[in-house]
Amino acid sequence: MGSGNGELLNLTLKVWRQKNSKAKGSFETHQLKGISTDMSFLEMFDVLNEKLISENKEAIAFDHDCREGICGMCSMYINGRPHGPKHAVTTCQLHMRSFKNGDTIIVEPWRSIAFPVIKDLAVDRGAFDRIIASGGYVSVNTGNAQDANNILIPKTAADESFSAAACIACGACVAACKNGSAMLFVSAKVSQLALLPQGQVERKERVLKMVQQMDEEGFGNCTNTGACEAECPKEISLENIARLNREMIGASLT
Amino acid sequence: MSQGFLKSSIGKKTVMALTGIFLISFLVVHCFINSLIFFNDGGLTFNTGANFMAHNWLIRAGELVLFAGLILHIIQALILTIENRKARPIGYEMVNGNANSSWYSRSMGLLGTLLLIFLIIHLTHFWVKSRFTGLPGEDANGHENLYAVMQTTFTMLWVVVVYTLAMVSLAYHLLHGFQSAFQTLGLNHKKYTPLIKNIGVAFSIIIPFIFALMPILMYAGVIK
Ligand code: SF4
Ligand code: FES
Repeated sequence: MGSGNGELLNLTLKVWRQKNSKAKGSFETHQLKGISTDMSFLEMFDVLNEKLISENKEAIAFDHDCREGICGMCSMYINGRPHGPKHAVTTCQLHMRSFKNGDTIIVEPWRSIAFPVIKDLAVDRGAFDRIIASGGYVSVNTGNAQDANNILIPKTAADESFSAAACIACGACVAACKNGSAMLFVSAKVSQLALLPQGQVERKERVLKMVQQMDEEGFGNCTNTGACEAECPKEISLENIARLNREMIGASLT
Repeated sequence: MSQGFLKSSIGKKTVMALTGIFLISFLVVHCFINSLIFFNDGGLTFNTGANFMAHNWLIRAGELVLFAGLILHIIQALILTIENRKARPIGYEMVNGNANSSWYSRSMGLLGTLLLIFLIIHLTHFWVKSRFTGLPGEDANGHENLYAVMQTTFTMLWVVVVYTLAMVSLAYHLLHGFQSAFQTLGLNHKKYTPLIKNIGVAFSIIIPFIFALMPILMYAGVIK
């Protein structure tokens, strides 16, 4: 595997287990031997699950899909930080070389009233979908597709919109925030459209509805600690939150 | 502004930011007037300033607005804190907060509570005496002698310690609060935000430092 130095790790894993959204849940401790430093964190979990299955125990449920940092499904709170100790990576892109032999690793699900645990480490992030559905869309012309170059967009606006659009809706911002606030996510989704001419039609309505939905889902209130920006795997900037505030104040005043 | 806005999370935060900036502006005035003691003229200049503040109707009206702003800031903070607690009913086993944020940005409620306790002590030391229970006589210029109250209050070591610690709390509260207020109001700009942040840091250090000097220098007998 890869270009690793062939080092193997022995680890103690403390993993949250919870039967379903109503069950109480608790930590379960597992010993793992001979984990390659080339493995991703999720591959390490695959090894653990195979071991559990071979012992006739129930495998640990966790979310994952692309395993290349683009889908946003993986969601583990590792040793006190969402997506683990590395900056700007998702759990699937975190490698075991970030850990040392003999480490104890605590793995928990995202904790938020708006993200109920489905099972073990898998949480329901439907709240994000409902926020998007409330206003994260644009009106488009029907008929023939327009020539893309018909609409002039300043380069800076295109760039800023693009970097906001990099948000993969993983929810690490909520998980990291001491207030369980979803402001970074919502600000990315509002910014991405507010910056472009295509987003102008629903601009006011969009921010009003998305913030309202965000509040109704039970997410907390932002206190600008900046934990979200520091933990976001896509490095979504706090400037987006300032823009969201501006959009919201503007839309409410007029 | 619509009612819905003030009920929204961003609306409540806006109230925090606006009242915060208002309280910051008060600090400037308060610090300026108090700095008159540094003339070290037995409080004559300071008492002149304090008398003006005590008897100008505009300032007295402003005092009411100030208390209203303060109470709003506190109540809104309580509401936000309660809501934020509810947003995470089950906490984490392990949280590495220092990896992603400063301790003081996460401790605004604690710092604010310390400041409130200090404020109650501080108001009983000075404001209650000057407004209600009366001051000890007049100075050479015939002004009410608030300076004399400072002199006696700051002979007590515990008072000096409490005031100094409170100013440390104030510094950290401002260190986060100053720039946070601008972020909440959406006043973010590539050119100006670094400037605002720098001004915020300078303000957060300088103002509490000047305030802390007052009890310390009076206790030490440098200012007589
Ligand atoms: S803003 Fe970042 S942390 Fe939050 S959902 Fe989007 S990608 Fe994940
Ligand atoms: S599994 Fe798709 S981002 Fe991690």
